[in-house]
Amino acid sequence: MSKAEEFVCGLKEKGFNFFTGVPCTILKDIILLLESDPDTIYIPSVREDAAVGIAAGAYLSGKSPVVLMQNSGLGYSLNAIASLNLIYKIPTLIIVSWRGFEGKDAPEHLVMGKITPRLLETIGLPYIILTPDKIAKAIDEAVREMENKMIPVAILVRKGII
Amino acid sequence: MKRKEAIKVVVDLLEKELVVHANGMICRESFTACDRMENFYMVGSMGLASSIGLGLAISLPHRKIIIFDGDGNVLMNLGSLTMIGDLLPKNLLHIVFDNEVYGSTGNQRTISGTIKLEEIAKSARYSRVEKVKEKDEFKNVIKDCLKCDGPIFILVKVSRESDEGIARVSHTTETIKRRFISAIKD
Ligand SMILES: Cc1ncc(C[n+]2csc(CCOP(=O)(O)OP(=O)(O)O)c2C)c(N)n1
Ligand SMILES: [Mg+2]
Repeated sequence: MSKAEEFVCGLKEKGFNFFTGVPCTILKDIILLLESDPDTIYIPSVREDAAVGIAAGAYLSGKSPVVLMQNSGLGYSLNAIASLNLIYKIPTLIIVSWRGFEGKDAPEHLVMGKITPRLLETIGLPYIILTPDKIAKAIDEAVREMENKMIPVAILVRKGII
Repeated sequence: MKRKEAIKVVVDLLEKELVVHANGMICRESFTACDRMENFYMVGSMGLASSIGLGLAISLPHRKIIIFDGDGNVLMNLGSLTMIGDLLPKNLLHIVFDNEVYGSTGNQRTISGTIKLEEIAKSARYSRVEKVKEKDEFKNVIKDCLKCDGPIFILVKVSRESDEGIARVSHTTETIKRRFISAIKD
C-alpha cells in the first residue's frame, strides 16, 4: 500500500466521509484516490474558504468533513476559520500541504512556508506535522483533538511524505 | 418592496425548510420576522452562506435548503455560483435580496447595479432563474419555486430601507448551531 493509500484508508476508517478542497502537487495522489473512490465524495472547490464553508454545511448535516489545501489557501481561509468554525464550534479536519518548508521552494511559497505553523498557533488551531511512519497515529491524534475542542485541526504535509 | 417585506413573504410560506442566512441585516430581519430552529444565522464569514447551503444540499438530498443571500455577499463569493452549477443540487433554492448596497455597513454601493447577477446565475447553469421586483409577483414565484426542483436562483430587487435599532440575533453562535442540528435530525 502506498503512503497515500494508507492515509486515505486511515481517514475513512476514522469515519471521514466528505472531502473537498483545492489541489496542491503534494496532495495529488490523495485527491486522485478520493476522486475515484466509490464510497466517498470529493468536491472540487474553486477556493479554499468556499471549501471550508461547504465542509461546515456537511458537518451540520451530520457528515465528517475533510478540507484539503495548500498552505497558500490557508491565507484565504483564515476568516472562515475564525468567524465560522471557531465561533460555532464546527470541527473540520484540514489537510494542509506545507510548501516553502525550510525555505527550499519557489519564491511564492517562502513567506507562507516560514509562517505556516505560527499562523496556525496564532489563530488557535492545533496541528500535527505528518511523518511517514506515523500516519495512523497522526489521524488518531487529530480526531481526538477535534472531539475534545470541537474546532478544526490541521495536519501539515511536507513534500515527499506521501 | 422593503427587504423585510420580502423576507416576510418567504417566511410565511415555510414549513421545515432549512434556511442559511448571509451576514448582516439579513440575519437580523429574518430573526425578527420569525426565529426558527431551522434558521442558520451566519454572523461572520461574509460570502459563505451559499457554500454552507451547498454543503447541506449535497449531504441532505431529501431536504429543501434555502439560502437568504445579499448582493454584497454573493459578489464576495461568486465562485460559489459556479460550484452550485457544477453540482446542480435539485433541493437548493438561492434567494438574493438585492438592494445594490452594502446595507449593513452604511449603504455603500455594491456593483450589482451594473452587473446582472441573474445573467451570471444563468451562465452558471441554475435550472431556473427569476428576477422580481413586486411583492405579489414575488409571492407567486416563491410559492411555485418551493415546489420545484432546482437549483433555482431568485434575484429580488428590494429597497435600501431597514429599521433602525433592529434587534441582533440574541442566541449565542453555539446555540444557533445546536438548534439547527437538532432541526435537521427531526
Ligand atoms: C470579510 C468581510 N468584509 C466586510 C465585512 C463587513 N460587512 C458586514 S455585512 C456587509 C454588507 C453585506 O452586504 P449584502 O450582502 O449586500 O447585505 P446588506 O448589508 O445589503 O443587507 C459588510 C461589508 C465583513 N463582515 N466581512
Ligand atoms: Mg446589499
